[in-house]
Amino acid sequence: MRDQQCDYVLKTAAERGVRMVRLWFTDVLGNLKSFAISQNELENALSDGMTFDGSSIDGFSRVQESDVLAIPDPDTFQILPWGDKSSTEARVFCDIHHLDGTPFDGDPRQVLRRQVQSLRSDGLSFYIAPDIEFFYFAPPVTGERPVPLDAGGYFDLTTRDATGDLRKQTIRTLEQLGIPVEYSFHEDSPSQQEIDLRHDDALIMADAVMTFRLVVREVAAQHGVYATFMPKPLEGVQGSGMHTHMSLFRGDDNAFYDPNDPYNLSPLAKSFMAGLLRHAAEITAITNPTVNSYKRLVPGFEAPVHVSWARNNRSGLIRVPIPKRGNPSATRLEYRSPDPSCNPYLAFAMLLAAGMRGVREGYELPGEADANLFELGDRELSRLGIGQLPQSLSDSLRVMEESDLAREALGEHIFEWFLRNKRREWRDYKTHVSQFEIDRYLGSL
Amino acid sequence: MTQVDIGMIVVFGDPVSTELARTLDLAGYAWKGVSSWEGAVDARPATGWAGAVVDLTVDAEAAWAFVRSLRKGDSDPARTLVLVPGGQLADLELRDDLFDDFCLAPFHPSELEARMRHLMAATVTVAARSDLVVYDDLALNLETYQASISDRPLDLTYMEYELLKFLAQNPGKVFTREMLLSRVWGYEYYGGARTVDVHVRRLRAKLGEEHADLIQTVRSVGYRFGQSRWGV
Repeated sequence: MRDQQCDYVLKTAAERGVRMVRLWFTDVLGNLKSFAISQNELENALSDGMTFDGSSIDGFSRVQESDVLAIPDPDTFQILPWGDKSSTEARVFCDIHHLDGTPFDGDPRQVLRRQVQSLRSDGLSFYIAPDIEFFYFAPPVTGERPVPLDAGGYFDLTTRDATGDLRKQTIRTLEQLGIPVEYSFHEDSPSQQEIDLRHDDALIMADAVMTFRLVVREVAAQHGVYATFMPKPLEGVQGSGMHTHMSLFRGDDNAFYDPNDPYNLSPLAKSFMAGLLRHAAEITAITNPTVNSYKRLVPGFEAPVHVSWARNNRSGLIRVPIPKRGNPSATRLEYRSPDPSCNPYLAFAMLLAAGMRGVREGYELPGEADANLFELGDRELSRLGIGQLPQSLSDSLRVMEESDLAREALGEHIFEWFLRNKRREWRDYKTHVSQFEIDRYLGSL
Repeated sequence: MTQVDIGMIVVFGDPVSTELARTLDLAGYAWKGVSSWEGAVDARPATGWAGAVVDLTVDAEAAWAFVRSLRKGDSDPARTLVLVPGGQLADLELRDDLFDDFCLAPFHPSELEARMRHLMAATVTVAARSDLVVYDDLALNLETYQASISDRPLDLTYMEYELLKFLAQNPGKVFTREMLLSRVWGYEYYGGARTVDVHVRRLRAKLGEEHADLIQTVRSVGYRFGQSRWGV
């Protein structure tokens, strides 16, 4: 199979006159990294991989073993639909290996690959559909607050929606890249957008999220606009989330579906959900990895705060959407805390690991929480056994550090590096004196 | 025993059955048994394989994978005969491009010998397979692997290309997901029929809104490329 794929890639590159092939991979923090090779080099890269010095990539090599190997995944070879017509470029996602060919444990793509492969022993595949939110702003000026392009609101379709054309061109570009879009609309906040992708296999979807973030920024930049996936760029309005819809399939059948259950959920779905709930706090540092992430996870802005589930309650962490026309294959769980600043490989891997821990150990699903949890007092919540998500990056790092689940799923290398890097981020934040403090305390104290 | 001078034939079987070995020997063919594609590559004579006999009776999945590699490899022998058990005749459907003749297994030695003689004696290698598939605004060049719609190049991944090629070569016909999975991906693929759905969606996205309905969903059956043969 790989031979035929490589043959296809080489012929296509030659036929289409590809000048540069960009080898893409992702660092531990979720930044897309790339280096380019010429078409002549492609055959060699496909068969032997390309060596590069990984020591300057975040979360990659320790200095003493800095050289690693990028091995292209030929099924992800894709001509890029932008740039100069006379110098066509293509991209291909890579897996990172040690020089001896063994998988490199600092590579987030392989963390997800490992989780997905271990699922195969259960005969299951993991499908994901993310709803990705982001903002458009005028080009940023250092030290100034970001300036939205419009004052449009949820579903607005008026001339106020200056961002409609941008969104349209973004979607066209995504579709040319084989990333089908299900919905797109103006979200609640000024110049905030939401684009919902159609479900796909978890690894392909993580690749698609990386491509998505680049396409959104690329199209914005072509229009002299700035796009950001920062979770909470504006105070007092909704932030940007990445609600993640998940389902498990056994062959053709949605393994979350059970026609005889009052919720139409199978025992597998229930224990998977129980796993997500029980381990939610442990994986929050991965799904919400920045200081700013926690400014989104507050009451009053449609972001989850409480660790609970319900069918139609958007204040909880997990929602079980009711499938259209009772379509069984659309049965899924929507996990609502992640934000688009996360590393999608690590986030999807952790969600899968947490859910499957619940399945393998037969966790019991707690009751549905259908009340508006924001209106309940602490005593009421604790009576219902409903906990809260970590309140800050520091809190979630503390919980993650104690988590065997996170250590096992991420592997020692990424686990340790991530904690170290993020603790430093928290320390930098803690020593910063903010405008809030100056305004509040300087005159009065 | 006379030697038929046509060159070396590659025989796929794991192992090659004694009846098959005896029949080939008695008919005077020079042959080499292999149980994998790698084996055939290693054992390939400098002049290439003169023909192939592939036994589907033991492990059909592995055998089809072998035939597929054979057709796509550089050492493509012009003539391939498959031995197919009577109960698996349906497996031949839509694989016409993979073999040149077949013989039911268990086979009668003189029938196999006759078919071999006829196949190997045919001077035309194979009727030249057309390199161009065209349907409405869609064109596929099978030689260069390039696809275009309304003269705009379609940049497809390998599996998207293979799926579109298969569909476009069989317009108007309805396929189940399972059929597409086994004919396009081959059996070796893990992931189930769901894989077909996501590939179809990606293909439709790339075809663009105005051409997305080239691939139609046939409710609770599967997919059809282009118009049905009954014009509806």
